[in-house]
Amino acid sequence: MNGGQLLFYLLATTACVGAVAVVVSQNVVRMAFWLIIALGSTAGLFFLLHADFVGATQLLIYVGGTVVLLIFGVMLTASGPYVQIRTAPAELVLAGGIGTLFLLMIASTVYQVDWEDATRRLAEHAPIDHPQTAYNDAAEGNTVRPLGLALLGTRPDRDLGSDSEGLSTGYLLPFEIASVHLLVVLIGAAYLARAKRRVTPNETP
Amino acid sequence: MVGAVLFVAGIVCMATKRNGIGVLMGVELVLNGANVNFVAFSRYTSLALDGQIISLFVIVLAAAEAAVALAIALNFYNNHMTIDVDRAEELHG
Repeated sequence: MNGGQLLFYLLATTACVGAVAVVVSQNVVRMAFWLIIALGSTAGLFFLLHADFVGATQLLIYVGGTVVLLIFGVMLTASGPYVQIRTAPAELVLAGGIGTLFLLMIASTVYQVDWEDATRRLAEHAPIDHPQTAYNDAAEGNTVRPLGLALLGTRPDRDLGSDSEGLSTGYLLPFEIASVHLLVVLIGAAYLARAKRRVTPNETP
Repeated sequence: MVGAVLFVAGIVCMATKRNGIGVLMGVELVLNGANVNFVAFSRYTSLALDGQIISLFVIVLAAAEAAVALAIALNFYNNHMTIDVDRAEELHG
């Protein structure tokens, strides 16, 4: 077992342990901590899978943005120190049982697929060559330039040096749609969360 | 397998947590499980760059819906003074 496999098992274990700990924790702040552990481990897995830009984006946006947003939400919706929101144990057992069954179903499906045969047949139809489109090699992180060009609509990793006439699909339209979507979400969330008069328990709404 | 564990943990988290913010954390776990699968397939099959682009869009859209869901949760807290999702009974049949 070389270093790469060892690192994969380590990161996979911390990701799964973090995810289960999010479910098991009773305190919502501890859940946020385990969520940071789980998201950081998945970012490490992305780096191991040669997806450097996606891993960096995961750290930036998920750990540095979304989890911070969730912790702000915890702070703004804090209940009293002696109020414990607990689920009934019967619900926990039922949900845990259904979750385990679902996981076993997915695991059995995954282990029944013959991955060698599927990879071989896929490779015959569409060859797995990752052409060199940047300065570094894959392990040092070279996905930023092809990703940027693909989001602009060009696909040099598919079109340069190939014999076909047409151009492969770029990702310009989803990029524009995502930017408009983000604008709408910003305006909507700012309007929804504007400062209103808070209903205190003594008043009638 | 890692993606499957993350996904199932997120689903159980969504189902059992009574805290509204806990439900949002379950949603994040689900989306991360799907992302791990996308990037793994992007590396080991001929999906190549498309899987990474898909996971980039998933990250962006997940951040957007976390913002909106948090705004809704804050409104709920302002109206009910609690974040317990079992107290939301006004639309109860």
